[in-house]
Amino acid sequence: GLSSSNSVERKIYIPLNYTAPCVRLLNATHQIGCQSSINGDTGVIHVVEKEEDLQWVLKDGPNPPYMVLLEGDLFTREVMLKLKDTRRVSGMAVVISKPNPAGGYSPDLRCPNDGFGAYSPTHSPELAHCNGTVWNPFGNGLSYEDFKFPIFLLKDENETQVIKQCYLEHNIPVNGSAPKFPLCAMQLFSHMLAVTDTVTCMRRNSIQARFNLNPEMLCDALGDYNVWSVVKPINNSGTAEPEEKFILAATRLDSRSFFWDIVPAAESTVSGFVTLLAAAQTIQKLPDVQSLKKNIMFVFFQGETFDYIGSSRMVYDMEQGKFVLNLDNIDSFLELSQVGFSSNFSLWAHSDPVSRRNATINQQVMDLVSVVQNSSAGTNITVAEPPNSQALPPSSFQRFLRARNIPGVVLTDHKSSFSNRYYQSVYDTAENLLLKYPRELSPEEALNHVTDVAESLTEVATTVARTLYLLAGGTQRPSMIKADPLTATSRSHLSFLVCAQKIFFFYIWRHGASNYLRNTPLWYYVSVSSPATPTRLVQYVLANLTGTATDLTKDQCQNPTKDAGAEKDLYDYIWVQGSSSENSSEPTPFCVETTVRLSKALSPAFELKEWGSTEYSTWTESRWKEIRARIFLIASKELEIITLIVGLVILVVSLVGIYFINAKVDVLFTSAREPSTVAY
Amino acid sequence: MTLAVFFGCMCIAFGPAAALFVFTVARDPLRVILFIAAAFFWLLSLLLSSLVWFIAVKASDARDQRLQKGLLIFGVVFSVLLQELFRLAYYKLLRKAMDGLVALSEEGQSPVSIRQMAYVTGLGFGIISGTFSMINILADSLGPGTVGIHGDSQYYFITSAFMTLVVILLNTFWGVVFFHGCERQQWWDVLTVVATHLLVSGLTFLNPLYEGSLIPAYLIMLLMGTWAYFLSGGSVRNLQRFLRCKYVAMNQEIPCRARTEPRS
Repeated sequence: GLSSSNSVERKIYIPLNYTAPCVRLLNATHQIGCQSSINGDTGVIHVVEKEEDLQWVLKDGPNPPYMVLLEGDLFTREVMLKLKDTRRVSGMAVVISKPNPAGGYSPDLRCPNDGFGAYSPTHSPELAHCNGTVWNPFGNGLSYEDFKFPIFLLKDENETQVIKQCYLEHNIPVNGSAPKFPLCAMQLFSHMLAVTDTVTCMRRNSIQARFNLNPEMLCDALGDYNVWSVVKPINNSGTAEPEEKFILAATRLDSRSFFWDIVPAAESTVSGFVTLLAAAQTIQKLPDVQSLKKNIMFVFFQGETFDYIGSSRMVYDMEQGKFVLNLDNIDSFLELSQVGFSSNFSLWAHSDPVSRRNATINQQVMDLVSVVQNSSAGTNITVAEPPNSQALPPSSFQRFLRARNIPGVVLTDHKSSFSNRYYQSVYDTAENLLLKYPRELSPEEALNHVTDVAESLTEVATTVARTLYLLAGGTQRPSMIKADPLTATSRSHLSFLVCAQKIFFFYIWRHGASNYLRNTPLWYYVSVSSPATPTRLVQYVLANLTGTATDLTKDQCQNPTKDAGAEKDLYDYIWVQGSSSENSSEPTPFCVETTVRLSKALSPAFELKEWGSTEYSTWTESRWKEIRARIFLIASKELEIITLIVGLVILVVSLVGIYFINAKVDVLFTSAREPSTVAY
Repeated sequence: MTLAVFFGCMCIAFGPAAALFVFTVARDPLRVILFIAAAFFWLLSLLLSSLVWFIAVKASDARDQRLQKGLLIFGVVFSVLLQELFRLAYYKLLRKAMDGLVALSEEGQSPVSIRQMAYVTGLGFGIISGTFSMINILADSLGPGTVGIHGDSQYYFITSAFMTLVVILLNTFWGVVFFHGCERQQWWDVLTVVATHLLVSGLTFLNPLYEGSLIPAYLIMLLMGTWAYFLSGGSVRNLQRFLRCKYVAMNQEIPCRARTEPRS
């Protein structure tokens, strides 16, 4: 392709730069997502703003195939099923709705992660397949359909306006008759290399790797790293003794949407891990935390959206003895799921009814819930239990229950179905969380402003911190424990949800790696390249909030040895940028000693090479060559054929004519008066 | 289906030129060499004039539209003058080469006459000039889109092809007239070539008013063609004989072969 377009190309094409594609994902049995032809799909643009406009595309329009420009409100299951199988549609561009669609919108399934949690039809049929509770009632399942044409999201309003302008000038039908050529058309390129399912794709990958010097891989497994840390340092190279007991506090780091890599995930994901970060910071500051009877481990699982990649891998590693803990070491489990709507200050503690049939577990869970309720005393939060027969919502805890009956609760802001109406969609933004900053604040002032959302999440963090302290055997009065609203929640919100390049991040980021941060929100898709930016950021924020500064030099920090006072087995050492002091504008970097580590979050199916596994996640993402979009005008077929015929006529006439002229050249040209020249 | 536009425009622009090349130049290796050397001289002139224009554009303010338009006009005029200058230079080179060719030949006569050289030079200049104008337009015509989304005319490809055709033919005729003028020291002929070249190039500034640039260009081509024909030893009588000899070849009334002149 061309690196820079020449002036003729600029006369013809307008490239669309602010788009997001829908890509193909595969699992053991299916392919989902969208596909385009290898040279892109072209179609005449038709703007569909109401349902009646669909008739033109489906039946009346005289120039198929059409490229549908769909308003975000119409991107529903009914409309998509109508357009899915017709040959008259060659692609689609969806205009993102501003503000969020009023009735809620979720392209995810109504029963997320069905079949990979703790409830299977053989084990507990009354709870499997969401028989008891439909968790995501707004879900239309579009993310899990397979489309044969490309679908792009138009993110920028100005570009959408340009496309609509081109449509209004050239494509409007006049009184029902066909519009005249040239017509405005759009071309979308998003050719996906993988097909059918993960088994096929992995098989082809291995053939490529074996027989090709330059293997062309077709797909990659989804996966990244889990982030975990412990309050009391443990030896990382061995495994914990059976007597050492751990309280696991977990949450998830990722989400998804219909379109690739546009995943704001405010309520479904960010609310949870921001609160857990705040709780971790609060716990670390307590004076007697190092002498508690039980240890506390904070885990941030990655890849949970795609059939629990991170948690299934951790459970597998624990069973194989490859992790510092075993399943026996887990005393209890506390998970934070979607907690962003705690603004009405109620928190629900879900537990698993199947494991509670065992009397011991039942007692432990009841004690756990009462600890949580006691911890919320003095805050504005009220903790309640949903009916005991209700299943657990989709959560990482379900994977642990599959392996071992452990007492645990999952804290959420919803009693039964999700209160998040935009679960795993592009609309789950800060606006969904009702996160509002007063307009007149400057960036520095915004960093010091505590929003309502931050306040309520701080209360949740306080509750969680107190609970963990009490569960670990703490004896001091828990009402003294309070999370800091500013550092932990409010600033985190601003950075993780609104603008990644905030100063908060700057002073904890790894020295010299600031090119990862842009002035845009972060996206929380697990992706295939490791480590993803959100994982890294959570790792460094956690290190900053729970670690201690040391006075090691840069070399000692990057190569920690015993002589310098560094304990490589117990701690990890990170050289961070630091904050700028009042006198100098250059930040002073320093070395942080922390227990935060990463653990691999790749599905065990890929370790065991069981591509068709129904036990573990088998999700892969297809590879592609180029993804782009452009609009231009197309000429009528008649004009093109006329051009060709005129050209051929001219060619034939000139060949015949010149042949005859050349054959009789001595007739046409007589040599005149020049003696030294030869006649033609 | 814009493969149709690609082939159509290619045939329109290069059809007659290809026919001329295949039937009159390709058979004779000496003519081929002269053709390629002429093309090379044209490329040199383009290189120099584009260097000057490039430096002028870089040294100027890119946002001043009037200045840029003025620079473009200056660039075009400079390029036309430089092309004609290189045509003159090539003529001088060929004149010197004639002596060498005469010395090398067995009959004591140059195998290529100066008229043939003029024609081949013109064709060489024309084809390389047409290639340079048309190639990137042809490449873009392969894609699915046509010109027009920013308001330009949708007939851009076809009119560019016709313009290229007329420029190729014009260059051929200019070559003949130019060399004739230089041979006979008739400097008005040379000046007419330069003037018409400037006129045709200047008329293209009227685009996209294609009637204003194409129609006068074709008229000028017909005029130059007629002039070049008469300069090369043609006459109205020859034309009549040519047409009628083709027409009544069966009756043997007017034979197509001349009796006395030896065939070259």
